This record gives sequence, C-alpha cells and structure tokens, in this order.
Amino acid sequence: MHPLIGQLLGAGPVITDGAWGTQLQARGLALGEFPDAWNLSHPDRVAEVAAAYVAAGSRIILTNTFGANRLRLGDHGAADQVRQLNQAGVKLSRQAAEGRARVFASIGPTGKMLLSGDVSEEEMAAAFAEQARALAEAGADGLVVETMADLQEATLAVKAAVETGLPVVACMVFDSGKAKDRTLMGNTPEQAAEALAAAGAEVIGANCGQGIAGFEPICRRLKAATDRPIWIKANAGLPRMIEGRPHYDTTPEEFAGHIPALIEAGASFVGGCCGTSPAFIAAVCRVLAARP
Amino acid sequence: MTDLKQLYEAVVNGDAKTAHAITQQALAEGVDPLVLVNQHMIPAMDEVGRRFEASEYFVPELLIAARAMKSALDLIRPLLVARGDKPVGRVAIGTVKGDLHDIGKNLVASLLEGGGFEVIDLGVNVPPEKFIETVREKQANIVAMSALLTTTMPAMKTTIDALKQAGVRNQVKVLVGGAPITEKYAEEIGADGYSENAVGAVALAKKVVAA
Repeated sequence: MHPLIGQLLGAGPVITDGAWGTQLQARGLALGEFPDAWNLSHPDRVAEVAAAYVAAGSRIILTNTFGANRLRLGDHGAADQVRQLNQAGVKLSRQAAEGRARVFASIGPTGKMLLSGDVSEEEMAAAFAEQARALAEAGADGLVVETMADLQEATLAVKAAVETGLPVVACMVFDSGKAKDRTLMGNTPEQAAEALAAAGAEVIGANCGQGIAGFEPICRRLKAATDRPIWIKANAGLPRMIEGRPHYDTTPEEFAGHIPALIEAGASFVGGCCGTSPAFIAAVCRVLAARP
Repeated sequence: MTDLKQLYEAVVNGDAKTAHAITQQALAEGVDPLVLVNQHMIPAMDEVGRRFEASEYFVPELLIAARAMKSALDLIRPLLVARGDKPVGRVAIGTVKGDLHDIGKNLVASLLEGGGFEVIDLGVNVPPEKFIETVREKQANIVAMSALLTTTMPAMKTTIDALKQAGVRNQVKVLVGGAPITEKYAEEIGADGYSENAVGAVALAKKVVAA
C-alpha cells in the first residue's frame, strides 16, 4: 500500500468531497459551459468550491480538472491548454486545502470510444499521460481516475497515472444491466476490481450513475474481489428537470444515513457525486462522528 | 444452397466476415435480397435486442452485431436501390446544439442502419437549422436527437420549436434520448418518442414510421 493511503486510512474511513459542476453552476457557470475553463477565467469561484468542501470536513478534495484531457479539450478548441488548466486546477485546490485536506486530482473519461474506432489506444494513453504529468507536476497528492464507463479506457488512464508515482484511485460507473451492477460495456465489479488492481490502482471504487441506495451491493462485491481499499461516491439520486434545471431528490440527511451501511460493506473512502454539495459532506461527517 | 441460418448466427454473434461472405454467396445463388433482410437479418437484430434487454448483451456486443449487419447490408442496399425499394425510413440524427457527447448517438446510428434505416449522421453540436435543412433537402422522415447533459437538453425543445416554425414539424417524427432524458420530458417538449437505450430506439423508430 502507498504510504499516503496507509496514513489516511489510519484514522478510520476517509471523507472525500462532493460534486463540483453543480457548485460552479450555483456560482454562475452557464448551462453548457465547460467547467474546467473556469480554472483560468474564474479561479476565485473554483477556489470557493474547494474551500467549501474543506470547511465541510472533506479530508480529500478533488480538482476541477475532470474534462481537462487533450481529446475532450479539443472539442472545446482548447487542446493547447492541457497543462495550464490542470496545473491551475491543482493549485486552486491546494490553496483551499491549506494542508487541512489532501488534493487528489480528477481525471475523467475522454468522451471517445475505443471500440468504435473514434480514437486509438495510443492516442488515449498519450492524452491521459499528458494530463497526469501536468497534475503531478503541480503538486497533487494523488490522482483519481473517475466516472469511467469503459474498463479498457480506465485501465489506460490508470497505467498513465501510475507512471507519475502518485497513489491512484480508479472508479467506474455501474449503471447498466437489469440490476444496475454492470458498466456500460457490461463489466462486473469483480472484473473491474481485478483489471484496475492489475493496472496499478491503489484504491478501487464506484462513482456516479445511480443514487446511493444502489451502491451497497456494488461496494460489497468490489471489497470481496480485491484487497485494495474501496472508494465510493454516489449521486444524490437521479436528476429531475424542473423548469430547465436539474433537481436531485435525496437530502443530505438521507444520503448520510446510507454511509454507515457503505462502510459496513467495505468502503474506506466515502463522498458524493452529482447533486451532492458541501451540506452533504457536512452531514456525512456528523453521521460518522456519531458512530461508536 | 447456402445455409441462411448462418447469416442469422453471424449477425447475432457479430461476425462481420461471415455475414458478408454468406450474403455474397446467397445473392450469387439468386436469393431475393429482401428475403435475406426480412427473414434472417432483422430477426437476428431482434434477437440481439432481446439479449440486450435481458442483460446478456451489452454495448460491445450490440456494436459488433450492428457492424455485421452493416457488412451484409453494404452488399444488399445497392441492389434494393437499383430496383427502387425504399429504406424503412430516413433518419437525420445528431447531438443537440451545445452537446459534444456522441457515444450514445453513434450507437443509435449504427443500430438504426442495422435495422434497415438510411441514416444521415449530422454529428455533434447540431444547430436546429441543420436539422431543418436535412428534413427539407434529404426528405428525412425522422429527426433523432441526443443530449447527455442536463445543461444541453433544453436545446431539444428549441429544435422542435424551430421545426414547427419552419413548417416541417408535420413531415417528421422526432425521437429523443440521452442520459438525463425521460419519457415525461419527451412529452413535455412535444417529441414523438423517447427511448432509454439504443435497442429501444430502433423499435421506436420502426413504430413511428409505421404509425
């Protein structure tokens, strides 16, 4: 186990952060605007989100770099900004953390599909390597490969991230199949755990895709399939559109109420994904503090 | 005589090479191309759809089956066109303005082609005017729109409203899909149908063109 992961887990379950996109929208990010661009155009507001999670009790915060890989930036005409956007993202989270939280930098999917030939494995691997290097150079404590739907893509990202020497978290979206326990491409938690561990991930998990109630069985299966610690970030339910804006029905208290069961099921790192906020993290902290 | 069951099997198993070879043999032997499509290939895609619904198949199996279907259709379509047979329908498909996520749209496009539709793929970030132009100039009778983000889904309504204003709304059926889209939302914005996955989208497209 990487020493940092061991150190973090020494004090019991680790509370991570919640969603960023919706928090940025609350601060003026327009619908459809590319969030990562705000690292350069509105750094103060990105820093506010990071600081709000630290204040709520997050011991790990992520970065506003989810989409800052060359392939996705290319769609926004910003392929030449990989380095600047990623480094600015890490810097903003680090400043907000002020040593009170660790910064694990976010690496999301490329938005391209290997299977359909949109992109080659080499191009994808190179895009992840470029992003991972920029994040590491800016001083991230760890890297989080997240919201992955394709295990092959996730494996490429993990391998690129591991090259930096930082501890790597890898998590997939399980939202397909009748039991909502498969990835889009049909992989099971067991297959994901095995492949991601083999690629060098220190921590393995699941995020996004469904509300928190669906995560317990997935967490249990991941835990049984690997000796690596488990990372879970669930959504606050699925969004309903009201007057053109997404609304999530799960309250912070309801969300936090599921956390003990997730820890029982083997989760070591817990936080939230779409629809969660600093209030959710604060509620999770209260629930965990009240545990015997 | 070629055993046409092999064509069915090749599509179900996503074996494009065999699907192509069997089709070529069968056509050389004088089998009616429509027999190949209607009695063997479409039932095969139906079986693929059934397996997807049953969680036996996932996206990779769907994609390779659609590819096998297409490899056979590439031989068949020119023959059908030459004798004046029309495709099941003509679909203008794209992700809505502002949305650059095309994985779902590409999958639906492949499966629609596999299902015998002619697909005009307009790509990503498609403005309403582009859909209108395609309906007018290419006589598309289905407009299929995809949005992955809650932030871009309102563009579906904008597009439908633009189709109305351009006076072409009645010439087309509008189908919508994408992660944040729901049946209820589709109804609210005046779409003709919604499907939560690519297999359902093909069934839906067949249903609306038959209606």
